[in-house]
Amino acid sequence: MLTKRIIPCLDVKNGRVVKGTSFVKLRDAGDPVELARMYYEQGADELVFLDITASPEERNIMTDIVEKISEVVFMPLTVGGGLRSVEDIQHMLRAGADKVSLNTAAVLHPELIKNASDKFGSQCIVVAIDARRIKTTELKWEVYIYSGQKQTGLDALAWAKKVVESGAGEILLTSMNADGHKTGYDIELIRLISRSVNVPVIASGGAGDMKDLYSALTAGEADAVLAASIFHYGIYSIKEVKKYLTDKGIPIRA
Amino acid sequence: MITIIDYGAGNLRSVVNAISRIGYQSKITSAPADLYNAQVVILPGVGAAGDTMAGLKKHGLVEPIRKIIAEGRPFMGICIGLQVLLTGTEEGGWHDCLDIIPGRVRKLPPGLKIPHMGWNQVRQITAHPIYKGIPDGTNFYFVHSYYAEPEDESLVAGKTDYGIPFCSVIIHNNLIATQFHPEKSGESGLKIYDNFIKQAIGT
Repeated sequence: MLTKRIIPCLDVKNGRVVKGTSFVKLRDAGDPVELARMYYEQGADELVFLDITASPEERNIMTDIVEKISEVVFMPLTVGGGLRSVEDIQHMLRAGADKVSLNTAAVLHPELIKNASDKFGSQCIVVAIDARRIKTTELKWEVYIYSGQKQTGLDALAWAKKVVESGAGEILLTSMNADGHKTGYDIELIRLISRSVNVPVIASGGAGDMKDLYSALTAGEADAVLAASIFHYGIYSIKEVKKYLTDKGIPIRA
Repeated sequence: MITIIDYGAGNLRSVVNAISRIGYQSKITSAPADLYNAQVVILPGVGAAGDTMAGLKKHGLVEPIRKIIAEGRPFMGICIGLQVLLTGTEEGGWHDCLDIIPGRVRKLPPGLKIPHMGWNQVRQITAHPIYKGIPDGTNFYFVHSYYAEPEDESLVAGKTDYGIPFCSVIIHNNLIATQFHPEKSGESGLKIYDNFIKQAIGT
C-alpha cells in the first residue's frame, strides 16, 4: 500500500532556512544542508526547498545548496522559487533536484507547465498553488502569486484542474490564511482540490499539531503533508509524527 | 568501473551520489565502448520511455546494451531503465523497446492517482542476494505511471500493490531491474546498490 508522505519544507533565503507567518515576519531556522541531513536521518519521506528570494545571484547559492544536499540525502528533493524557464528547471534538475515546483511563473506563463512536463516528464513538475479563502458564503479560494503578494483573480479549483491538464504531476497546495499560524490546515480547500484532480496533492500551510497532519490526510484526503514550523523549531520530530500517525492507522513508512 | 548510461535525460547525479556514498566510483557515459569495458552497467531512468529509446538509439547504445546483457554481464535498470528492457510500451501510443525481456509496459489502472508517487512496499517473490539485509515488505520510493508485465512470471522477483499487484523487481541472470528508485529510497535503496555491486564485482 502506498504510504502517506511527511515532507518538511525549507524556505531558503540567502543560503539560510527561514520561516515566517502568512509569508512575512521571517525568522532564521538554520543551515539548509544540516537541516536536510537531520530530516533524512529522522525518516522524512521527501524534502521541499523553496528559494523565497530568488534573485539571479541568490539562485546560484541555491544551486550550490541543492548540489550539497543531494550528496548527503537519498530521498526525493523538490526545489522551487524563481524558476521561470525550461533552462532554469534543467539547471535545478542537473544540480540534483528530482522535482521542481512552479508557482508565479506557471500563472504568468502557463505554457511553461506543458513545455517542462513534455521535456522532463510530469513526474518532476509540481505546481504550487497559494490560495486564500474568499470571504463569501461560497467555498471559494483565490490564487496568489509573488510569494502571496499579488492577487490573480484565478479560482483555485479551476486553476488546479488546468495545471493538471497542462502536465503537472503533483500539486503543492498552500492555504495562505493558515500558513505559519499553526492553527491547522484548511481542510475544505485540501479536500476540494484533492477530490478534483487525479494527481497527488500535498497539503501545506498551518500545521501546528500532529492532529492537524492527521486531519489533512484523512478528512482532507491529502496524499502528503508538508510542514515547516513544527519541525524546524523542534516542536515535534519526524519520528514522533510518524509514530502518532501510524498509531492512528495511517499508512506511514517506518 | 561502474558505468552509468547517459542518454540525455534525467537526474544522473543522484545515482552517482548513491554509488559514491557506498564507496565506489562511477563514470557517466554515452560512449558505447565504455559499456563493453565496464564491470557494471547501470541504466537509470526518468521521463518517458519513448524519449529514452530515442536517446539510446541516437547514441548508438541499443546494440551494446543488448550485447552486454546477452553476455550475462552485470546490468541494472532503474524505473524507465526497467521498462525499456521489455518488448514495448503503451506509453504515448506504442513504442518498441529493447525486447530483452518479452512482455509489455502498460498504464496503471484508473481509480487511483497517477503517477504512483511515494514510498510503497516491495514483496520479495524470490530469494536473491540483492535483498540481503533488506526485510521483506520494505518501502522504496516510486514515481511512475506505467508498469512492466513480463511474459515470463519467473523473472518477477518483487511485487508492489497499487490498485493491482505489479512487477517492481525483475531479475534475470545478472540483470537486475527495479521500478522504484534505489537512489531515492534512503538506506534500503543504498543497500540494493551495495548488494548488486558487491555481487557483480565480487568483493
